[in-house]
Amino acid sequence: MSQIQHAVPDGPMRYTQICTRRTSCSSPPTSSSAAGTEPPSCPGHRGRTPRRKWQVFPGRNRFYCDGRVMMARQTGVFYLTLVLILLTSGLFFAFDCPYLASNLSPAIPAVGAVLFVFVMGMLFRASFSDPGVLPRATPDEAADLERQIDSTSCSKPPPRTREVLINGQTVKLKYCFTCKIFRPPRASHCSLCDNCVERFDHHCPWVGNCVGRRNYRFFYLFILSLSFLTIFIFSFVITHVVLRSNRTGFLTTLKDSPASILEVVVCFFSVWSIVGLSGFHTYLISSNQTTNEDIKGTWSRKEGKDNYNPYSYGNVLTNCCAALCGPLPPSLIDRRGPIQADTPQTAPQSNGTGGGSYAPTQLHSHMCDQDQCIQSTKFVLQAAATPLLHSDPVILPPLPAKPTSLGGPCAYLGPAQPTLPSCAGDVLTLRDVAVDSHCHHRLHLHHLHHHQHFVSPEETPCGTPQGALPCPAHMHLQHPAPQVRYDPVTQDSLHEDSVRGLVKLSSV
Amino acid sequence: MRQQAAVAAKVFIQRDYSNGTMCQFQTKFPSELETKIDKQQFEETIRTLNNLYTEAEKLGSQSFVEGCLACLTAYAVFLCMETHYEKVLKRISKYIQEQNDKIYAPRGLLLTDPIERGLRVIEVTIYEDRSFSR
Repeated sequence: MSQIQHAVPDGPMRYTQICTRRTSCSSPPTSSSAAGTEPPSCPGHRGRTPRRKWQVFPGRNRFYCDGRVMMARQTGVFYLTLVLILLTSGLFFAFDCPYLASNLSPAIPAVGAVLFVFVMGMLFRASFSDPGVLPRATPDEAADLERQIDSTSCSKPPPRTREVLINGQTVKLKYCFTCKIFRPPRASHCSLCDNCVERFDHHCPWVGNCVGRRNYRFFYLFILSLSFLTIFIFSFVITHVVLRSNRTGFLTTLKDSPASILEVVVCFFSVWSIVGLSGFHTYLISSNQTTNEDIKGTWSRKEGKDNYNPYSYGNVLTNCCAALCGPLPPSLIDRRGPIQADTPQTAPQSNGTGGGSYAPTQLHSHMCDQDQCIQSTKFVLQAAATPLLHSDPVILPPLPAKPTSLGGPCAYLGPAQPTLPSCAGDVLTLRDVAVDSHCHHRLHLHHLHHHQHFVSPEETPCGTPQGALPCPAHMHLQHPAPQVRYDPVTQDSLHEDSVRGLVKLSSV
Repeated sequence: MRQQAAVAAKVFIQRDYSNGTMCQFQTKFPSELETKIDKQQFEETIRTLNNLYTEAEKLGSQSFVEGCLACLTAYAVFLCMETHYEKVLKRISKYIQEQNDKIYAPRGLLLTDPIERGLRVIEVTIYEDRSFSR
């Protein structure tokens, strides 16, 4: 839809030109319905300038087929799942079905085939859909929220929670430092994908994606149908072996159909976990809880006599219907929408786009709190010149290790060096000059590559105690390179902390 | 000579979670808009939007039938058909368009469709008053 200027006449109307037409076409039908069903053929077009929003998506997801398919970064286990299912089913159809079809009933392979197709369909749908990612706040929104937070309290640090009464139960909404929003109830920030996900259930490595509001039903149907398929294959392989053994003896049977052993072993070991998981999720659905809530015991009676789940409809059937047959909301992130020049961008970083890997070179200037950034950087540079900086290092407790975990200000360190000391993200230490220059060097190198990876774990260290300092050499905001891409998400909070820390240090 | 109107301020209407996770927006009238628009008019707009979102997320027989049908066809049915939610979102877009054209743009305001902000906020852009520049 092209932008049509709606010209408001002058005269009694005071405004010369306000554009009332939407600048971007929302294409929810294509993005939500196309994703997860059979992925269409991937166009090979990859330009140097990003054309679509998925190419500048700030989370750590991989996109395939021009944004139609969305998965987590680590997909190794997903391929394992795929191989196991395909192998076991393939062997079943190849070795056991001919005998069963001729000696028992042709309905057996037919039912098996239907189950198999359903399992694969649900797996793809669960793996490839957007789980319900909440887009990050635009700079204006973030600034507005900050103002509200600061104005409501004079104590430092300002409270980053909001309390809301839902059906008589008090629920705390937490502020997400990465996405710069107050998370809706039941949403949670996935540290692996670095996104806030609505109705976050868990991050499933087997499926290679988060499980959230939009793909929970697919995930559940996947594990349910997989349980049936596993039990189906297991029982019919046993039947096949027994029937054959009665005729020709056990050892001959094993010689004729060696694959059966493999199938039995795989099915036997998977059936416990998959059936168990299905049962667990059936319980969760009937009580309208998420895995996250259940694990944390958010609505357990132990927390308090009056503690109950405010989201439950009170009745098992309604809860099940709501989870499985409720309306399917469209994707909020509009992956395939075109990038508008005037569309407010959140903190843009390159995301690892998998198979069709794309390294965007387009740089965005980000409206961060410039004055604050400059001020705090001045403080840091001043402090770096003083010997106080090289006194006792301040070490924060390391955050859970991530494969390519790198700190915020060290965002320029590429993913190929996971062993590099990471500042600001996992461990904040005051380093000596040698390491500073080392960091500087790396920083400079990576400006050329314009790669950026950053991690911001859940409940990020931005609210860390005073004394937490990023590596001074990494305050690259004042870097003279004309094309600077930096991640202001952790910058802003770290700036505040660094300023406070340095003021404290310098007053010693 | 026509110029693009300059943005003076932005007001954000946040979500109202008192009924749970359903998409509802706060109907509280923001103070920045006091001089710009009638309170009743504004609240009416927000209330209508809230009703439309409730309709989109309603757990009724229509959504149930749609859900069952989709499940039976392995969700392939959504290749040719829009979901109920999407249909209502289109209606919401049209409604906001209408409201902007008739009521808000003449007063120097612009409502942004919440779907463009991830259903987090209704962004109201206040444009500069150019009456003195003439």
